[in-house]
Amino acid sequence: MLRRALRLRLGPCLSGRGLGTYRGGSTLDWNGKVSEIKKKIQSIFPGGAWSPLYDTSHLPPERSDVVIVGGGVLGLSVAYWLKRLEKQRGAIRVLVVERDHTYSRASTVLSVGGIRQQFSLPENVQLSLFSAEFLRNINEYLAVVDDPPLDLQFNPSGYLLLASEEGAAIMERNVKMQRQEGAKVCLMSPEQLQKKFPWINTEGVALASYGLENEGWFDPWCLLQGLRRKLQSTGVLFCQGEVTRFISSSSHMETASGEQVTLKRIHEVHVKMDHSQEFQPVECAIVVNAAGAWSGQIAELAGVGNGLPGTMQGTKLPVEPRKRYVYLWHCPKGPGLEAPLVADPSGAYFRREGLGNNYLGGCSPAEEEEPDPGNLEVDYDFFQEKVWPRLAQRVPAFETLKVRSAWAGYYDYNTFDQNGVVGPHPLVVNMYFATGFSGHGLQQAPAVGRAVAEMVLEGHFQTINLSPFLFSRFYFGEKAQEHCIL
Amino acid sequence: MAAPRAFLRLVAPVWNRGTCGVRGLSKAVDPEGSQRKGRTLLQFLTDRFYDVEAVREYLLRKQVLKVQKKNRFRDREWMRANERGLSSLEFRKLQEVPVEAVDASGCAINYQGLDNLLALKELQSLSLRRCPHVDDWCLSRLYQLADSLQELSLAGCPRISERGLACLHHLQNLRRLDISDLPAVSNPGLTQILVEEMLPHCEVLGADWAQGLKVGPEKQSRDAAGSPIPA
Repeated sequence: MLRRALRLRLGPCLSGRGLGTYRGGSTLDWNGKVSEIKKKIQSIFPGGAWSPLYDTSHLPPERSDVVIVGGGVLGLSVAYWLKRLEKQRGAIRVLVVERDHTYSRASTVLSVGGIRQQFSLPENVQLSLFSAEFLRNINEYLAVVDDPPLDLQFNPSGYLLLASEEGAAIMERNVKMQRQEGAKVCLMSPEQLQKKFPWINTEGVALASYGLENEGWFDPWCLLQGLRRKLQSTGVLFCQGEVTRFISSSSHMETASGEQVTLKRIHEVHVKMDHSQEFQPVECAIVVNAAGAWSGQIAELAGVGNGLPGTMQGTKLPVEPRKRYVYLWHCPKGPGLEAPLVADPSGAYFRREGLGNNYLGGCSPAEEEEPDPGNLEVDYDFFQEKVWPRLAQRVPAFETLKVRSAWAGYYDYNTFDQNGVVGPHPLVVNMYFATGFSGHGLQQAPAVGRAVAEMVLEGHFQTINLSPFLFSRFYFGEKAQEHCIL
Repeated sequence: MAAPRAFLRLVAPVWNRGTCGVRGLSKAVDPEGSQRKGRTLLQFLTDRFYDVEAVREYLLRKQVLKVQKKNRFRDREWMRANERGLSSLEFRKLQEVPVEAVDASGCAINYQGLDNLLALKELQSLSLRRCPHVDDWCLSRLYQLADSLQELSLAGCPRISERGLACLHHLQNLRRLDISDLPAVSNPGLTQILVEEMLPHCEVLGADWAQGLKVGPEKQSRDAAGSPIPA
């Protein structure tokens, strides 16, 4: 039957073999036709994509080496570095599963887009430094043939963190560590601050740290599109669907000290299509959990945390969605072009947006005032009561302003220590995490993607050592606390 | 016979090692050829031999990428690299003298290359006109020259936008700034106003601030005699 099919397809072409040359100017592409036919035949054989009964073009493939759950900037960054660090071109088949192709609730595109090196952990400083270098050379990293270069709209204006009396000693220590790691940060006294930025009210400020280079803000949507475009050109498969189930197998093993452990390995990921009950089981070798605010749910599906509390089996992934508001206002007499992203000791922050004296800003609420993360509705009263008074106290020009618009987005908030979770789970051996960055995920995404790809391909971190960010710290109680959270 | 002739052609360059590359080659193969014949022969050889093509490209590139950098030392006039590079004797005499002004217009300097300029702690005047690789990231490094820099020219750089100009507020000693003809700046007039506000002691040359403003519709003057006055 195959031979007949072959003959039928090749029939008209064979008889008219010299058609192109004789007719002169015909566009009969002989080589192209042959490769098309070869592809069709290969798809009929087992392992190919052809299904004889119905159209399956919208479904993900039946098999994939790595399945990345979540198509935000972290997931795409992991896919990019997997493709870049693989030993042979095309060696690894990567599938990115994203539930919402409009990214309407994704943290990446709702982010304020800042990047800074002013953190309290050296690993975070190194991650941001590498990511800044990535963004600076983005057109070399994400170049696609025949496509225009990316314009990230980067504003190199820096971050200005203000500290009160209590926080001054910690800030000094942090800045010393940041400078040792290579960040260009300087400390300023209130007098220097007043001289440099006359529009600041320095009452209550004991010390300020100002980032001079590699800090600022950029357009996260552009980064996302650039990564997507590059990944499509390297052959990464994208699928719009929701992960509903993991099929895994367990094996009982004994550790060196004689303890019994149950190791789990995920074999299949069930991806359900939008608005339908149809699902596709995808056989996979490795699953990367980069689902952002919903990473906790994905981890539960994989069986992370199903056990007695107080054991490694019973340790859940402590990442939950937290809603944060960002307000856009206009203030005609506000700070000028030189304004960095200013963060008040109370937690309120703002930055300029564009040339027209518009400003973006917000504030992280206190633990007890956390809004309900069920939806992304904006609460303007929060601005009136919590954000505006603090900003107006810090920048007197903000006493007269007019709110233009606002939006809300999720932080993938790590309730344990507000730092990312990176690396494999100790018991579900083929699930890797790249989530939980609590508001600084976008700025560290390129470096974290590289770290996770190194972990997947080599088994250990090669460039930046992120062992303090492994999952096991939740069980052992070793906090890698990040104090400078905005 | 074909073989000996081919042999001759291939060996010719080795015999003529003394003469300068490409022209010598063509002469060796066709010694009595006229100028025109020599050029087509060169083209013929370039099409067929990769190494001839490589040599030709190298020579062309050497001419095109002649760095136009000029330096001015204290109490001296501008010094400029000639085709073979500066003669080292002059520079050795001037090792202790600080560099006051650098004119790197049209130079292919980039983010890493700026390391060399930022090391000049007494630089007073810097001209980066028409540099194709100077972008916002490069401008964010210029704060290191804040103590001494008085004159800066960024005219004609295709990658600089208003976001990079925002970092120039560190340069409080700047007296003359040229930001004209920056194609990537979205609103040149407004940017000029904002930069002038940011650097109050500096004279900013650039776009005319009225550029981009349109003349409003002329108000029709009421013809008092003709129009009816409402009661």
